Amino acid sequence: MMGSGYMMKTVLKTDSLKKVYKLGGFIRRVRIDAVDDVNLDIKSDQPIIIGLVGESGCGKTTFAKVILRLVEPTSGRAIVYDRLVAGKGDKPTKQELLATLQPIFQNPYEAFSSYRTVDSYLRETAVRVNQLSQAEAVDAMEEALTSVGLEYGDVRGKYPNQFSGGELQRVSIARALIPHPNIIIADEPVSMIDASLRMNVINLFLTLKQEYETSFLYITHDLATAYYISDCIAVMYRGCIVEFGDAKAVLTDPQHPYTKLLLESIPLTNRKWDEEQIAMSGIEIEEYQFEGCKFCNRCPIAEDICNHQRPDAVRKEDGRDVYCHFA
Amino acid sequence: MNLNLRLKIGLTILAIFTLGSVFLPYFTDVDPSAQGTYYRRLPMSREHLLGTNTLGQDIFWFLVFAVRNSLILGVGVSSCTVVISVIVGLSAGLIGGIYDRIVMVVTDSFIAIPSFPILIVLGTLVRGRTNFWLLGLILVVFGWAWTARTVRSMALSIREREFISTARFSGTSTLGIILKEVFPYVYAYIVVGFINSILFVINTEASLAVIGLSKVEIPTLGSIIFWALNYSAMFVGQYTWIVAPVVATVLLFLGLFLTSTGYNELFAARRGHS
Amino acid sequence: MIKLNNIVASYTTVRGQVTAVDGVNLHVPSGYIVGIAGESGCGKTTLLRVLYGDVSFPLSLKAGSVQYGFCNDDGEEATSSNIRQHWFKRISYIPQSSMSSLNPVIRIRKQFVDFRDSKKGNAEVLAEVRAYVKDLGLPPEAIDAYPHQLSGGMRQRVMVAMATFFKPDIILADEPTTALDVVVQKGILLLLMNLQEQMKNTIFLVTHDMGVHYQIAHKMLIMYAAKAVEFGDSDAVFEESLHPYTRMLIESLPTVGDDRMRQGVSGRPPSLWDDLHGCRFAPRCLLATELCRVEEPALKEYKPGHFAACHYVESS
Repeated sequence: MMGSGYMMKTVLKTDSLKKVYKLGGFIRRVRIDAVDDVNLDIKSDQPIIIGLVGESGCGKTTFAKVILRLVEPTSGRAIVYDRLVAGKGDKPTKQELLATLQPIFQNPYEAFSSYRTVDSYLRETAVRVNQLSQAEAVDAMEEALTSVGLEYGDVRGKYPNQFSGGELQRVSIARALIPHPNIIIADEPVSMIDASLRMNVINLFLTLKQEYETSFLYITHDLATAYYISDCIAVMYRGCIVEFGDAKAVLTDPQHPYTKLLLESIPLTNRKWDEEQIAMSGIEIEEYQFEGCKFCNRCPIAEDICNHQRPDAVRKEDGRDVYCHFA
Repeated sequence: MNLNLRLKIGLTILAIFTLGSVFLPYFTDVDPSAQGTYYRRLPMSREHLLGTNTLGQDIFWFLVFAVRNSLILGVGVSSCTVVISVIVGLSAGLIGGIYDRIVMVVTDSFIAIPSFPILIVLGTLVRGRTNFWLLGLILVVFGWAWTARTVRSMALSIREREFISTARFSGTSTLGIILKEVFPYVYAYIVVGFINSILFVINTEASLAVIGLSKVEIPTLGSIIFWALNYSAMFVGQYTWIVAPVVATVLLFLGLFLTSTGYNELFAARRGHS
Repeated sequence: MIKLNNIVASYTTVRGQVTAVDGVNLHVPSGYIVGIAGESGCGKTTLLRVLYGDVSFPLSLKAGSVQYGFCNDDGEEATSSNIRQHWFKRISYIPQSSMSSLNPVIRIRKQFVDFRDSKKGNAEVLAEVRAYVKDLGLPPEAIDAYPHQLSGGMRQRVMVAMATFFKPDIILADEPTTALDVVVQKGILLLLMNLQEQMKNTIFLVTHDMGVHYQIAHKMLIMYAAKAVEFGDSDAVFEESLHPYTRMLIESLPTVGDDRMRQGVSGRPPSLWDDLHGCRFAPRCLLATELCRVEEPALKEYKPGHFAACHYVESS
C-alpha cells in the first residue's frame, strides 16, 4: 500500500480479528465485542507510523493487547512483520517475538515496578532479549538512552518516582528500542505528559522512524498528534474500523460520517466550532452489540439497511477504505 | 528504617521473650516438668522466682520452658504455613483459569470448616497419646488457608499491572517475574500473615491444652494453665501458678499483635512514599 | 468584578510547606467564561479551590483574600471568609470526576433535594428539577437513576445541571470534560456556554486542553509554577500572546490540517520545593537575561485588559 519496489513486508495484517468480553454474573450477562471483525492489511517497504484513533472505549487498547499477546483473541488472526502474533497457526518463539514488537504504555509510572531501578529493566532487556554479555549490555543501554536524549549516568540506580513523566516515558522508549524491534506499539504514550513537553516525545518518534528504522503503531484519541506523525490512519468505533487510509487525506477530507463527527468535535485552536446540536450517544454498551452498522443510531444519513447489515469496506480511488453503505 | 512506636514496643516484647527462651534454659539443668523436685507451695523467693506449685515444680522455670515450647511450635508451624500459602496463593493468582478455581474451592473449604471443634474431636480421640509433632501438623493443615487467600488476591491485582508486561517484554522468565516483580508487593502481607499465624497457633494450642487435649506433660503456656486449673490453684491460694502464665500469654500476644499491626503501618507508610 | 487579592496558598506535607499559588493578584470582570490554563503543578486547581472556599487541611490560605462582588441577604460582602454560606446557591463547583462526587447508593434526585431551599417541599423542588433537566435537553428519567446506571457523559451533564440549578453567580469547573470523549465533551461545553449566555454569570474553567479554551473561554488566565503569567481576552492571548511561555505553549500544539513542524518546550517547570528567584520561566526562556534571573516580573497591563508578567513584553 505504501511505496513500491523491493522487500515489501506485511507490517500489520489482521484477519477477522475478534475479541469478545462477557461481563456480569449469572443473571445479567452483557457481551461486549471490543474488537469486532477487524480486517487490516498494511504493507510497506519502509518504516511507517500507523495511527489508530477513536474515543475511549472504542476498542483500540484491546486491539493493542491482542497484538501484544497480553490477551487471547476470541477468533481471527493477526500478523505483525510476517510473524503470527494472534490466532491459530505456527507461533514464533518468544525470542523472535520480543525482537519484532515492543510496547510503550500510557502511564510511565505504572510501566515500572516502584521496587526496581529503571535501568534494571534496560539491562534485563539487553541481556535476555539481545543475548548480550553484561559489558555489551551497558553499551546497548547507552546507545538506546542517547537516542532518546538521555544519559546513562542520569538514569543509573534511580527509581521510577525520581523521574518526571516525560523523562520516564523516554526511558520506557529506550527500553523498547534496545532489541531494535520492527515495530513499537505505543498506547496513548503522551496523554499523561504535559502539553508543552508532549511534542518532544512525538518528534522523537519521527526521529526514531528515520534513524532506528522503527515502525510505530500510534494509538491515541488525540487527532492532532495523530495527524502530525501518522502515515496512515485507522479510525475505530465500538470495535469496528470505520475508515482507513492515508492519514492526511482521511483527516482533512473525512468520508465516513463518524470521522466527520469526530473532526467537527475536536476543539481546534484555529477555528471555532459550529454550534449545531450533535447526536449524543445513548446506551453505549448496547451499541457494541448491534448487528448492523454500530454508528447507525447517531448517523445523519442512516437508513434501514444500516440497522441490519454491517457495511463492508468500500475501496475509494485514493486507496482508502470506508466502511459505509453510502460511501 | 523509621520504626513507629507500636512496632518498637512489640519487637521489644518479642525480643525479651525470644532471647529469654533461647538463653535462659542454659542456666538450669533441672527438668522443669519433673514433679516433686522441690518442696511444694513455696512462696516467691530468690531461689524460686515465682515460687513452686502443688506438684513441686518451680513455676518460673516451668514458665520459661513453656514459653520456649509455645514459641517453637508457633514459629515452626507458621513457617510451614507461610511456605504453603505463598506457593498456593501465588500460583493460583498468577496461573488463573481452572487451576485457580479448583485451588480456591479447596482453600475456601479449609477456611470455612471450623477448626476448633474438629481439633477437639481429634484431641478427644487421641487423648493423652498425642504426639507434639502431630499437633503441629494438624495446626499447619488448618492454618495455611487464610494467608493463601490473601496472597492470591494480591497476585491477582498485581498480574494486571503494566510493569508485569514490561518485565515480560524485557525477556524476564516467569520465575523471574514472580521473584522480582510480584514478591516485593506481596512481601508485606506475608510478614503480617506470619506473625498472625504465630498468634493463632499459640492460642489454639493453649486452648486445647487448657481443656486437656494437648500433650500436657510437655510444658507449654496452655499446659501450665491446665495443670493450674486441675489443681484448683485459685482456690488454694496458689495465685502465682495461674496468674503468671496468663500474664505471660497476654504479654506475648500483645507483643505479637503490636508487631503485626506495627509492620502493617510501616508497610503502608512505605507504599505511600513510593 | 471578582477580585483576587494577592493570594498565597500552600500545602502542608511531611516534607514541609509547598506554596502552590504564590501571589496571584488579579481583577476579573464578571459575566465571562474565564479559562485557567497551565500544566501540572502550576497551581490552577489550587486556585480554583481557593476561589470555591474549599480551604481545609492540608491546604491553607497563607495570605490574601477573594472578593466575589456580591452580597448576602444582610448586605454583607462575600469574601473568602464567608463564602461557604453561599455554596450551591450563589457559587457552585463542577468536579472532574462525577463518579466520586455522586453518592453511588443514592438516586440522583435525592442528591438534588439534599441542598434545597427549606421553604419549599420536596415534591415541589423535584418538579422544578425535572423541568429544568428537561430544559437542558436531558431525559428527565435520568434523575431517578443511580449514578452507575448513567454513562459518563450523562452523569457529567447531570453534574452541570446540579451546579447550575440555583443559577449561581459563579461556577467553578475543574477539568469537567477531561475524562470524556471528544464528541460528548463538545456537547457539555456547548451546554455550559449556552447556560452562561442565559444566566450571564461567571464561569471559571480549569483545563490543560488549550483547544477547549480557544473554543469557549472569553478570557484566559495562564499560570506557571504557582504564578499568574498572562491574563486577557482569549482571542488576544491566543493570537497576540505577550508572555513567551504562552507563545511557546500555543505554538507547540499540532492541529489537524497544519503540516508545520512543532517543537516542544525544552526543560521542565521548576520544582516548587526549590528556592525560586526571579522569573520562574527564565531557565527555559529564549529571551531570558540576567535581569530575568534576578528580578521577578510583576503582572502589568500592557494593552487594555491584557496583562503579562514579563520584562520583555515590548521587544517580542
